[in-house]
Amino acid sequence: MTSVLYDVPGPKARRRNLLLAIVTVVVVVAVIGFVLWRFSLTNQFSAAKWNVFTYTAVWASIGEMLLNTLKAFALAAVLSLALGFVLAIGRLSDHAWVRVPVTVITEFFRAVPVLVMMMILYYGMPTLGVSMEPYWAVVLALMLYNGSVLAEALRAGIESLPRGQKEAGFAIGLRKSGVMMLILLPQAVRAMLPVIVAQLVVTMKDTALGFLITYKELLYYAKLLAAQDGRPILQAAFVIGGIYIVMCLLLSWFAGWLEKRTSRSPKVAGNVPDAPEEDPRLHPESTVTEVIAMQKGAGKFNQN
Amino acid sequence: MDAIFGNLDLWREGISLTLLVFFFGGLIALVLGTIIGAMRVSPVPIARAVGTLYVNLVRNTPLTLVFFFFVFGYSALALPGLSNTVLGILAIGTYTATYVAETLRAGINTVPVGQAEAARAIGLPFGQVMTQVVLPQAFRSVVPPMMSVLIALLKNTTVAAGFSITALPALQSTISNSHSRPGSPMEVLLWVAAIFVVLVMLLTWLQRSLENRWRIAR
Repeated sequence: MTSVLYDVPGPKARRRNLLLAIVTVVVVVAVIGFVLWRFSLTNQFSAAKWNVFTYTAVWASIGEMLLNTLKAFALAAVLSLALGFVLAIGRLSDHAWVRVPVTVITEFFRAVPVLVMMMILYYGMPTLGVSMEPYWAVVLALMLYNGSVLAEALRAGIESLPRGQKEAGFAIGLRKSGVMMLILLPQAVRAMLPVIVAQLVVTMKDTALGFLITYKELLYYAKLLAAQDGRPILQAAFVIGGIYIVMCLLLSWFAGWLEKRTSRSPKVAGNVPDAPEEDPRLHPESTVTEVIAMQKGAGKFNQN
Repeated sequence: MDAIFGNLDLWREGISLTLLVFFFGGLIALVLGTIIGAMRVSPVPIARAVGTLYVNLVRNTPLTLVFFFFVFGYSALALPGLSNTVLGILAIGTYTATYVAETLRAGINTVPVGQAEAARAIGLPFGQVMTQVVLPQAFRSVVPPMMSVLIALLKNTTVAAGFSITALPALQSTISNSHSRPGSPMEVLLWVAAIFVVLVMLLTWLQRSLENRWRIAR
């Protein structure tokens, strides 16, 4: 295996790599060992510390809190996607009176930290006579922040498309809305799918900020558990952390599956090479020369 | 304006603590992230596996939970006492390190393999391949995304306020809990938001000018 950094190893390099592998293992084992040693020293493995997790009621509450987290995530994800489309289209508008305010709004909400936004909605708005549930503060803050980030991603996706796409759309008589809806957005969404899903994973993680404004979600419950008999602080954090990691990994896995599925759809068949094994574009190890040679041989109407 | 001038001492403390967490958190993130990033692109399979595991675990954990581990969990281990601020800096550093590592790895991957192959073909040793050919090219494509990571880090310092570290958003509760200090929660929070907008704008401007200075001429 060869990469930018190193060639196929010879005998000397192989010996050095073995040495590095041993050093890595020793360091990792030392760190884990140290943590485990402190754990056992402070009785983190004792039954009393894990006792709370033997009650069915505790797990039922964890399920309820998980549902609260997912409820906030689902609504925030849908709303921020909608807001993202609106802001992206507004920012690409031909009219300055639409483009300028939308640009200012997008930049503002991207710059304000989500937690500050949540606090403005939850602690600040009552000053103006508007009070809301923590749930709505979490959802709205996530919507405003992630919506403007998604808008930027979509805009970048639309602007990266070849100009000919838009011109061809106008040439066959589509209006501005038709060009946007039928030609630009579908391509931009497909190109930006990895970014969009990465942002949704961020949204999922940021629901945990709701705990700081007393929204009753997973982390809030972890803090509650940590105050029970035996103070199972680390245990609660491990269990709740495991749930978060599984949820985020599931979402990322779903994204990978979706990406594979959309790239296999018949509409983009022209972009899929006939013989995947031989196509150098699909192999990270292939050199630029190989890719260029392959592209020169490809048909002239092939976009890639 | 009373919210600012009536509480100048609090604002000074809040801003300096936010910047402190930002600088030292960023320092830890850059150092740890470089180590993890180097592990992820190394020729040693086990080091790659360890790097991947660390990145996947920490990246899929909410920052709030990382803070929870460090600030509440550390005290449960009966180790020498550290202040919440130090623990918060460690938490934000460990979390951001994963993003730094991924940025570095992506930057190195943008250098075409042919570049290094050509350098090796004309007989350059490893050190010169790195310093003369690969790293200068990788560095240019790393700078803009690295600044984005730092901007995210700056915004993430607000989470520290939830863990009894007196970073900027914590001003709101301090001011509304005392009867003598002027300013409504809304005023204070809007000023906090304004400060962040200004700081983010400064960093974005820096990002743009660095990007223009080191733009790759191809």
